[in-house]
Amino acid sequence: MIANNSIAVEFKRVMKSFGAKRVLSDVSFQIGHGQALCLLGRSGTGKSVTLKLIMALMRPDSGEVWVDQDNVVGMGEHGLSLVRRKLGYLFQDAALFDSLTLYENLALPLGRLTKKSKDEIDYVTRRVLTSVGLGADGAKYPSALSGGMKKRAGLARALVLEPKILLADEPSSGLDRITASEIDELLMRCKTERGTALIIVTHDVHGARRVADRVAVLDKGNLVAFGSVEEVSQSENDVARRLITE
Amino acid sequence: MGWLNRSFEFVGEVGIFSLRVLVDWLKPPFEFDQFFRQLAEVGNRSLALIVVSGFALGAVMTLHTRSTLVTFGATAMIPAVQAVSFFVEIGPLVAGLLLAGRVGSGIGAVLANMRASEQIDAIESLSIDSFKFLVVPRVLACVIALPFLTLFMDFAGLLGGFLSEELSSHIAPSLYLNRAFDYLQWSNFIAPTLKTTVFGFIIGSVSSYFGYTTDKGAQGVGEAATNSVVVSSLLIIVADVLLIKCIFFLFPETAV
Repeated sequence: MIANNSIAVEFKRVMKSFGAKRVLSDVSFQIGHGQALCLLGRSGTGKSVTLKLIMALMRPDSGEVWVDQDNVVGMGEHGLSLVRRKLGYLFQDAALFDSLTLYENLALPLGRLTKKSKDEIDYVTRRVLTSVGLGADGAKYPSALSGGMKKRAGLARALVLEPKILLADEPSSGLDRITASEIDELLMRCKTERGTALIIVTHDVHGARRVADRVAVLDKGNLVAFGSVEEVSQSENDVARRLITE
Repeated sequence: MGWLNRSFEFVGEVGIFSLRVLVDWLKPPFEFDQFFRQLAEVGNRSLALIVVSGFALGAVMTLHTRSTLVTFGATAMIPAVQAVSFFVEIGPLVAGLLLAGRVGSGIGAVLANMRASEQIDAIESLSIDSFKFLVVPRVLACVIALPFLTLFMDFAGLLGGFLSEELSSHIAPSLYLNRAFDYLQWSNFIAPTLKTTVFGFIIGSVSSYFGYTTDKGAQGVGEAATNSVVVSSLLIIVADVLLIKCIFFLFPETAV
């Protein structure tokens, strides 16, 4: 059990369906500040939906979703706007804005959501781009970037406002092992250097073993295992055990 | 009766969407950067299409009008016919339809692509109101740009008509202009030009509706582009009929 003021994200009996299909069924878990949680499971088991519920891009049918002591379910646009400033989101395909350069993609949220001067925005944007190894690529448009560069750019945008909680949807999917490791390193640095809580949806068990403090396994909408990598690898649930060990 | 229900549902959804545009227009923060970006996209990049189309249409119309008016010995009326028809109807309607084709399809496709590639979710995740950021500036740009584009079409049509007439009858430019504007009243000019703000609103809001609300992934991009053009064009023609009745009511002298 984590103390209330240390909880970064908590799900309480969350249900979510699309039509007749139940995607999440009575899911409850919590993750503390500075911890990393990896969500594992077969495709279509509600992992990405979990992230979207945390970001309040979707609303659950029932249950509560707490983000840093705020229940985002039923919250108005103004309240959501404040909660979202604590969150960063790395989308599966990075979701960079096509019409903006990489530099502009990062400068946009800084210009709108902070009171930084132009020089400060320039400094922060270049610093964050450099930290993900894209310091020389700020003038490029997303269409000119490789898959790995897009992921790193998406990560840079998610981090530019220094969120307390980072949500990452399959950060290493479609990448070679070396590039995937580099992304894992960047995520680890967020956790260790800034104390950022990480919630990562992944199919990459090697990456999960390196990064995660906690692992949650979803199967057919149910949370079938939750705990450390060692605990889940000894789970009585066959799917959870196979996912983490095979 | 299913299609009737769907039609009412569609009209209601577009109505609510358009109403939200009007409400969000007046609420800060105002997206000036996005507005000017869209104004350049809608206005500057449509200008060549509008001017060339207006010029060609003006030249062709004069050629057709001349062959008829020659029969009645009324070729002196060609500039007036050209000016009245362009300023009152051809300019506003054709400019609206051309913009629906060029800009409407673009807005529908861009927003649908942004929805499919999660860019709209990304905007929301950055605490930015995606509706105000993406939809409102596009609609506003259409509303502001279309009257100006219509003026360009009107004058390009007049120029095309003059050059065509000059080749046939060697008419002097000053005489052509005098005859063209002799029969034109301010009400012939202002009301039809201003009605294109409504056309602009239709193009912007209908196209944005199809793009912003799609949930069909990549397939939705093509559908949004096609539906934007078809529905915007249809609504412009219907709105034109209603607006002409309004103009006749407000300016009875134009109905004579």
